[in-house]
Amino acid sequence: MSDASLQTQTRMGEAGFGDYFALLKPRVMSLVVFTALVGLLAAPVPVHPFIGFCAILFIAVGGGASGALNMWWDADIDAVMRRTRSRPIPAGLIEPGEALGLGIALSGFSVVMLALATNILAGALLAFTIFFYVVIYSMWLKRSTPQNIVIGGLAGAFPPLVGWVAATGSMAVEPWLMVALTFLWTPPHFWALALFMRNDYDDAGVPMLTVTHGRRATRWHILAYTVVLAAFAIGAGFTGLGGPLYLTVSVVLNALFLLGALRIWRRDEAASEADNFAVERKFFRLSLLYLFLHFGAIAAEAMLKPYGLGGWS
Amino acid sequence: MSLRPTHELHNRRFGRNLGLGLVLAAFVALVFGLTMVKVTRGDFAAVQTEQSK
Repeated sequence: MSDASLQTQTRMGEAGFGDYFALLKPRVMSLVVFTALVGLLAAPVPVHPFIGFCAILFIAVGGGASGALNMWWDADIDAVMRRTRSRPIPAGLIEPGEALGLGIALSGFSVVMLALATNILAGALLAFTIFFYVVIYSMWLKRSTPQNIVIGGLAGAFPPLVGWVAATGSMAVEPWLMVALTFLWTPPHFWALALFMRNDYDDAGVPMLTVTHGRRATRWHILAYTVVLAAFAIGAGFTGLGGPLYLTVSVVLNALFLLGALRIWRRDEAASEADNFAVERKFFRLSLLYLFLHFGAIAAEAMLKPYGLGGWS
Repeated sequence: MSLRPTHELHNRRFGRNLGLGLVLAAFVALVFGLTMVKVTRGDFAAVQTEQSK
């Protein structure tokens, strides 16, 4: 046995705590926590702070569990893509079976605990979200259709609905507006990433739009989705979710986002390569700010309502 | 001088065990907190009333 193989074997069996935490996709989890928290705060029912804290924690654990199951299923393509090859499984730190076990255990734990802490409908919605992300998106759509992230984006859009239902125990129009906002935001966000990650998805055989329909078509799709998103996001400002603050934030952000999408649409590959996809990268960063500020404004409107300031009334 | 110097592997194993221990302790605190909140809010009052009939 060589030193190299001994080293590999030793590393395989002894992952640190941080490696297991990395399986839960902490960056995605932070988005889940934030949007679920806004869903909970926007609900017209006061929630005990400790119950609210537990609800957000269990939703985050559920999101993390689906991340671990996604990493288990996608270990083969993660090893090929530059962006993902340092993840714990392809890096040889954690065995796929461990990720599967952790994912299943945390899924069950989070769903049961959320149902016990809040209500059964919230637990059922969290279970459906995990199922949708792991089975519908990861196992089925991701490798079979270029519409993978469009439909799969629905899983990432559910947390504000789960947060709302955790507070109220029932459905309403407002959380579905938040779901739709995240759902429409996902395609331009991911397609911009696909444009500047270039050969990653191609090498992994993932049928991203850039691979199946070409990069020109992807630029068209980004523009089209951004137009629909802008119309929807600004329109939502006139519903019970919005108010003057939300509307102001939304108009400014959507003007910037539309400008970014237009700039992406006008560029050709030669121009993008010349500046290493500077415009596409900027659009991607703006998309993160876009979602954060929209949900921040929704939360602000809800929190100002008790003082007679939030909303339109 | 220690007879068995600590290997980097032992540090990683200790970190993992410590992390898991803290997670379990936090879970116990969480369940206790949830129970206290639900009991003091009277979430189980209806059940108690029905049982006493």
